Amino acid sequence: MDSNTSFTLAIEDLTVSFDGFKAVDSLNFYLDENELHVVIGPNGAGKTTVLDLICGKTKSTSGSIKFLNKELTNMSEHAIVNEGVGRKFQTPSIYENLSVLENLEISYPHGRGVYGSLMFKRSDKVLAKIKETAKEIMLLDDLDTEAGLLSHGQKQWLEIGMLLIQDPQLLMLDEPVAGMSVKEREQTADLLKKICKGRSVLVIEHDMEFVERIAHKVTVLHQGKILATGNMDEVQKDPKVIEVYLGH
Amino acid sequence: MDEYTSSELVSIFAMQGFAGISLFSVLLLMALGLAIIFGQMGVINMAHGEFMAVGAYTTYFISFFAETYLPSFIPYYFIFAIVMAFFVAAILGYMAEFALIRHLYKRPLDTLLATWGLSLIMQQSFRTLFGAREVSPALPEWLLGSYQPTDTIDIPLNGMFVLALTAIVTLGVFYLLYKSSWGLRVRATTQNRVMSGAVGINTKKVDRYTFALGCGIAGIAGAAFTTIASTGPTTGTLYIVDTFMVVVFGGAASLLGTIVSAFSIAQAQSILEFFISGSMAKVYTLCALVLILMFKPEGLFASKVRR
Amino acid sequence: MNFVYEKLMGGKQGFFGFIILATLIIVILPLFLDIFRLNLVGKYLTYAFAAVSLVLLWGYGGILSLGQGVFFGLGGYGMAMFLKLEASSPENTQIQSTPGIPDFMDWNQIISLPWFWEPFNSLPLTIAAILILPALFAFIIGTAMFKRRVGGVYFAIITQVIAVILTILIVGQQGFTGGINGITDLRTLNGWDITSDNAKYIFYFLNAFLLLTVIVISRFILTSKFGSLLLAIRDKEDRVRFSGYDVSNFKIFIFSFSAMVSAIGGAMFTLQVGFMSPSFVGIVPSIEMVIFAAVGGRMSLIGVVYGTLLINFGKTTFSESFPELWLFLMGGLFISVVMFFPNGLAGLWNDYGHHITNKIPFWKKLKKTEVSQAVVEKTDEATV
Repeated sequence: MDSNTSFTLAIEDLTVSFDGFKAVDSLNFYLDENELHVVIGPNGAGKTTVLDLICGKTKSTSGSIKFLNKELTNMSEHAIVNEGVGRKFQTPSIYENLSVLENLEISYPHGRGVYGSLMFKRSDKVLAKIKETAKEIMLLDDLDTEAGLLSHGQKQWLEIGMLLIQDPQLLMLDEPVAGMSVKEREQTADLLKKICKGRSVLVIEHDMEFVERIAHKVTVLHQGKILATGNMDEVQKDPKVIEVYLGH
Repeated sequence: MDEYTSSELVSIFAMQGFAGISLFSVLLLMALGLAIIFGQMGVINMAHGEFMAVGAYTTYFISFFAETYLPSFIPYYFIFAIVMAFFVAAILGYMAEFALIRHLYKRPLDTLLATWGLSLIMQQSFRTLFGAREVSPALPEWLLGSYQPTDTIDIPLNGMFVLALTAIVTLGVFYLLYKSSWGLRVRATTQNRVMSGAVGINTKKVDRYTFALGCGIAGIAGAAFTTIASTGPTTGTLYIVDTFMVVVFGGAASLLGTIVSAFSIAQAQSILEFFISGSMAKVYTLCALVLILMFKPEGLFASKVRR
Repeated sequence: MNFVYEKLMGGKQGFFGFIILATLIIVILPLFLDIFRLNLVGKYLTYAFAAVSLVLLWGYGGILSLGQGVFFGLGGYGMAMFLKLEASSPENTQIQSTPGIPDFMDWNQIISLPWFWEPFNSLPLTIAAILILPALFAFIIGTAMFKRRVGGVYFAIITQVIAVILTILIVGQQGFTGGINGITDLRTLNGWDITSDNAKYIFYFLNAFLLLTVIVISRFILTSKFGSLLLAIRDKEDRVRFSGYDVSNFKIFIFSFSAMVSAIGGAMFTLQVGFMSPSFVGIVPSIEMVIFAAVGGRMSLIGVVYGTLLINFGKTTFSESFPELWLFLMGGLFISVVMFFPNGLAGLWNDYGHHITNKIPFWKKLKKTEVSQAVVEKTDEATV
């Protein structure tokens, strides 16, 4: 099968079922470079499952996921990451006992093998990259802080930073502003707008105001299927979407 | 196997099969208790074998008491002893959960170590109370003797009794877990602890009673055990590893899996034992299990769950 | 120099801990103990190898192995097989029906040396086997388990089952292994009498030196990025995996390394004690090694050595005078360490040690310089 595309991510006919229940059902989905795409949908629509499938946490039943024309469905999680896919989890997943600096250092994409990690040196180049990333996620002053002591919002940023330091081509964020204050939300929106340059960003979010502020494109997922795709205005006017969100 | 005729082989299989049934019964009872506790709380109880020994010693004590003071009670004491074995082990289990286990939830490896410490203490207590020598209760006469369907097959009655006892306990556990309202609460807690707490289930109480029930069933296993072997302070440790294998092999959350795996492990060991030495039979069985688990780590009967 | 100080010793605290331990076992104990007692300490220190290996594996990696006795035993048996072959020269075994093979083989009607004993005729091959075979065995088990993501209590139980299998095998295959009695009557190493006081001293110091080396290497592993990754895997395995690491490789490596370390301990045990038997392989010794690590402090390379020494002294003393009390004490100790002092002796020292050290003037001064130095480093960093 030779179906190369210009898309960063091309998902075709993707299906996964758990004991007969189809959590994702013949999904088709495409993502361009520089695109910031938000997936919304009611609980249980299969949003997180789609991210799980892309990053290899869940194995698909059938269908294909192509990232830069490379098939991901049979690759292991770490190999997918090394291809350039980064993923933030719903609840901030950071190393609470390590400092912000160490958190970023562990995520730095060198010394990923056993030998490499034994011989890894904190060189000036590494430090410079860490500081650059820390500045981007507004944590430059907290480099020596133990990550567990950060506020909930800062933890979210740190996890985003841990992905940024790897320079992924595709960045997937599961509810990045959950538990953030209004001001933190604004800062996060600015951050996302900045980082989507030169890569693709896929976001799952519930906060509509936030979605409106950041999204280039929105997809509504319902019961494992796509209900509507388009810019925010189109989606909001779509009668099927209105029924799902307001109808019942 | 050439030196045996086919009819001899049938007899060997039948008799070793029935010898395996006693082992199967004890393993299944032990594994039921361990699986309930592990499935419910994710706790590995290293002292489970010692709770079995508690049941065995309780049986011995009651038999000793009956022999000394109430000889007329001897034919009936065994039934009473089974009930007592359950309660003594369950009460000790309840106390252990209260004093120890409940402080260690979410730290499964530490629980494993702490319960091992508990097992050391229990072993030494047995030694202090009952002596280092192995003891056996005087079995009532109706448990002795055997049933001979053909000339070459000889099936001991105590094995049949233990099998019946195991069947009753297994059905009881099944009923309790899947048909009673208490079982519903246990299963709800297993599935989603936080949610169960939110809808008003006292999850701590559920845990404590589950642990006590598991230990109580180990106590019954101990009573059953006295009919096939004598009891010493370290009896429990001999069975604990086999029991772990039964639980892991069967898939911790599946009752049917536990039964099937107890049966296959006991039978494999028992039948192999006739042809090669007992210790090598055990080596082969355990090696086979380790290999199978390497290829199917979730056990034989695990269902695909979204995680 | 800076590399040695920071990476191999673990900074100021690690450095002083290391120097104190080294002084204790290399200078103080040999000065004050007679050779019988010193030999006993040497035996305890061989268990410390296993305890140190558990710091890496269990304390940092979160992987509880209840089978370290297996590797300790493999190392010990490897050494014992070599010594036994040397002791079974045809001249020494003339009265046997087959001279030149170990006595227990002769008793079990075995008439020629089994193939897997052959390599143990050579000392270099024996040393290679001690270092490689246990690690290789761990590598195979580790690959099978960790690649398939078997972990936690399942891994603990399976390692325990392997310990059971190996014990039954050694006891059951008497003709090949010496059975329940183990391999005994070991006398010489390349013609040198290993039971002499002289040899005992040399083995003691060799053992102490090896233990300290292992601690230094382990410290290097823990202070490297590998060490942070181990902790990260222990606490947030998924995050590490989704940062692009093949988590299983790290687990396999640390498991194999811990096996090698335990095996060195086992080999030194055979040399110092003069025999090896299945009672150092099975469930009980394996879990005792976990106790040593737990009591000493599962996160402290130095602490576990003290833990090992303390428990073994306690065991020797108590089991002589109050054998009944010992198991109660051991069980109680295990429960209380796990429940109340998860970081063991080392944790207690970190929490309360300063009450003692503050009374020593020298230490006070040291603390002060440490603080001022830290301040300097901080300001350095800020100016970068």
